Amino acid sequence: MQLGEVIGSVVCTRKVPVWEGQRLRLVQPLHEDGRALGRPVVALDVVSSAEGQRVFFVKGREAAQAIADPTNPADAAIVVLVDRIERADSGR
Amino acid sequence: MRIARVVGNVIATIKHPALVGSKLLLVDEENPAGGTRGRPILALDTVDAGEGDRVLVVDEGNSAAQVLQRPRGPVRTLIVGVIDEVDPEPRA
Repeated sequence: MQLGEVIGSVVCTRKVPVWEGQRLRLVQPLHEDGRALGRPVVALDVVSSAEGQRVFFVKGREAAQAIADPTNPADAAIVVLVDRIERADSGR
Repeated sequence: MRIARVVGNVIATIKHPALVGSKLLLVDEENPAGGTRGRPILALDTVDAGEGDRVLVVDEGNSAAQVLQRPRGPVRTLIVGVIDEVDPEPRA
């Protein structure tokens, strides 16, 4: 599961029926120091994230498993809202 | 499976039900030079690993479900071993 920051929402009135009622967020993958890591991805949001929040998201086939019907086309899903990260070696 | 170091501990009150009750650790894959890649990811700990430990990490959903002995969920990254030694060391 990768670290990211919610940078926006994606609203689709028309979408695959299995996503009815689901939120889609735009997530910027991050290095731990906050630098962007690659391009933003659109992810299912099942934990009610908000813009600006640090999250972990799961990529790949497992993302679709985040909602009750796993036969959906999600390839990224936010599954953790980060309260804080405690580093073993905070100096690095 | 990959060889990684536990570099931190993630505190998250709100998370997907599939992650509730699990210890969440930040792991960073080793590079052949013996350091870490500097791109830590989140893993569920199944072997009571701790910060600084050298660990074996699996990043695939079906393996994760088997280790956790539950149906597939939005989980793919698990710590499945604490490494005592690697012989020979994969040094570049």
